[in-house]
Amino acid sequence: MSGHSTYEPKTGFTRWLDARLPILRLGHDSFVDYPTPRNLNYWWTFGGILSLCLAVQIVTGIVLAMHYTPSAAAAFTSVEHIMRDVNYGWLLRYMHANGASMFFIAVYIHMLRGVYYGSYKAPREVLWILGCVIYLLMMATAFMGYVLPWGQMSFHGAVVITSLFSAFPVVGEAITTLLWGAFAVDEPTLKRFFSLHYLLPFMIAGVVILHVWALHVVGQNNPTGVDPKSKADTLPFTPYATVKDAFGMSVFLILFATLVFYMPDALGHADNYVPANPLVTPAHIVPEWYFLPFYAILRALPDKLMGVLAMFGAIACIFALPWLDTSKVKSMRYRPQARAYFLIFLVVCIILGFCGAKLPSDQVIPGLVTVPVFGDDLNSFVWLSRLATAYYFAYFLVVMPLLGLTEKPLPVPETISSPVLGDADKKD
Amino acid sequence: MADTAADATNHPAGDDPSRRDFIHIAAITAAVGGVAAVAWPFIDQMNPAADTMALASVEYDLTKLEPGQQVVINWQGKPLFIRYRTEAQIAAAVKDDNVSLRDPQTDAERHKDGKAQWLVLVGSCTHLGCVPTVGGGDYGGWFCPCHGSHYDTSGRIRKGPAPKNLAVPEYAFLSDTKVKIG
Repeated sequence: MSGHSTYEPKTGFTRWLDARLPILRLGHDSFVDYPTPRNLNYWWTFGGILSLCLAVQIVTGIVLAMHYTPSAAAAFTSVEHIMRDVNYGWLLRYMHANGASMFFIAVYIHMLRGVYYGSYKAPREVLWILGCVIYLLMMATAFMGYVLPWGQMSFHGAVVITSLFSAFPVVGEAITTLLWGAFAVDEPTLKRFFSLHYLLPFMIAGVVILHVWALHVVGQNNPTGVDPKSKADTLPFTPYATVKDAFGMSVFLILFATLVFYMPDALGHADNYVPANPLVTPAHIVPEWYFLPFYAILRALPDKLMGVLAMFGAIACIFALPWLDTSKVKSMRYRPQARAYFLIFLVVCIILGFCGAKLPSDQVIPGLVTVPVFGDDLNSFVWLSRLATAYYFAYFLVVMPLLGLTEKPLPVPETISSPVLGDADKKD
Repeated sequence: MADTAADATNHPAGDDPSRRDFIHIAAITAAVGGVAAVAWPFIDQMNPAADTMALASVEYDLTKLEPGQQVVINWQGKPLFIRYRTEAQIAAAVKDDNVSLRDPQTDAERHKDGKAQWLVLVGSCTHLGCVPTVGGGDYGGWFCPCHGSHYDTSGRIRKGPAPKNLAVPEYAFLSDTKVKIG
């Protein structure tokens, strides 16, 4: 993709270094002279924003670890110590906690961008899967990080999530005991979660390098889904993409700062300011917002093992996407039917998020009692999440494979530049 | 060229291909065995440590409870329910012995003989481990607020996603008023 290098060292030192470790050449070829499609829109700035998020989380996290005590007796008080006593501790912790939410906002936009513009399609399957691996590692990291303050939500969230593994027949109990290091979530669990919470971000950073590498091998997708064919289709990364990314990051940081300074606990849960008590579960236990859709899928099925398998299956569908979509056209810009199904999918994901935050038996329309089906009233969030779960899976397993074969896409431009610069003798 | 190529595939006497295969297989087997032997300590260190295992039993004085009350105590880091059932609650549990249950057990199987009033249960919902609240749900036993599992007054699962009845731990009555769990 990048062709041969255009880097020319200008000083004696850079020439000397280039002959020994061509790291400046790598940087130049990857982030200065790298050709990017000329039509990239702002949805493409989230890759850069995500690397910023990772950097913020690692820097604030390392500093927080200097003040935090990973023990069941002292974890909660050490977090309060950070909040009240450590200089700017409140700022660092709020940046870290809200940084996780911002990270997930960005990653969901980044993933949905990929789905909409078909960025997972050949030859970008490995790029997509590496992204899915990063997402999986992010979920594990965020979950373990949420446990560390050792509040009520931390503790019982850890109980529920680790107990997911007890659903597996025969080996389930042994797995949960192994995860806990005790007969319940306890001191050993907290210590290992802290250790792994520190490790995983660096594993994410490693997979990010592979992700960017894979990106630079196959090149960026773009809103048309048509690969660049000539120099007219591309622009150099610097200054075009750098400045656009920097602007995107600035807007993103304004939103981030708004959360940190004006509503730092808006996305958290008040119960987590109560120290963990293994003997009392909070009346209403919910995960952080970014897990709510999966939580709704878990609860949608009345059987424990089926619920757990559906939840893992929901993530597996994202991994398998490159092979589920049969369409030859990448971008939904030219697939009006796919676009409609995608928009429904988007709404369904948000509905699942709402369902995950409600009690299963809560009524969707207050006061209306309808007929019970399989023991649950039809006007309940459990039924809404069942319907939404059905669409979620149907989107991946039915719509994606069939629609690609049946729909007639709109005419796709020959090149990226032709819709911009005009093409007088276009065939259709 | 053809001659040299043929020569290259001809093993000299004593260099039997099956002997070479044996060396490869033996070396790989030894390496895999070695890696597994080193990996095991790293996995097993995650299991409960000896001091955790040692804290296995707890005693409780039953005179502190009035009929209808339940106490939640900590046993191995888990919540443990000790419930002093009323006659009505026992009768309700026995009445349902023959209805269709997800995890069929009679009430008599869930308490010690002649001690029907005392129910000792692990207080972790068999769905995902939340602590069910006493007296709630459609059957008057326990209700798990996390995902809506209903247990009856015998701690049997009656409705909701949990697959099993609330577990009965190993326990014994040391006297009429003292129970030892674990």
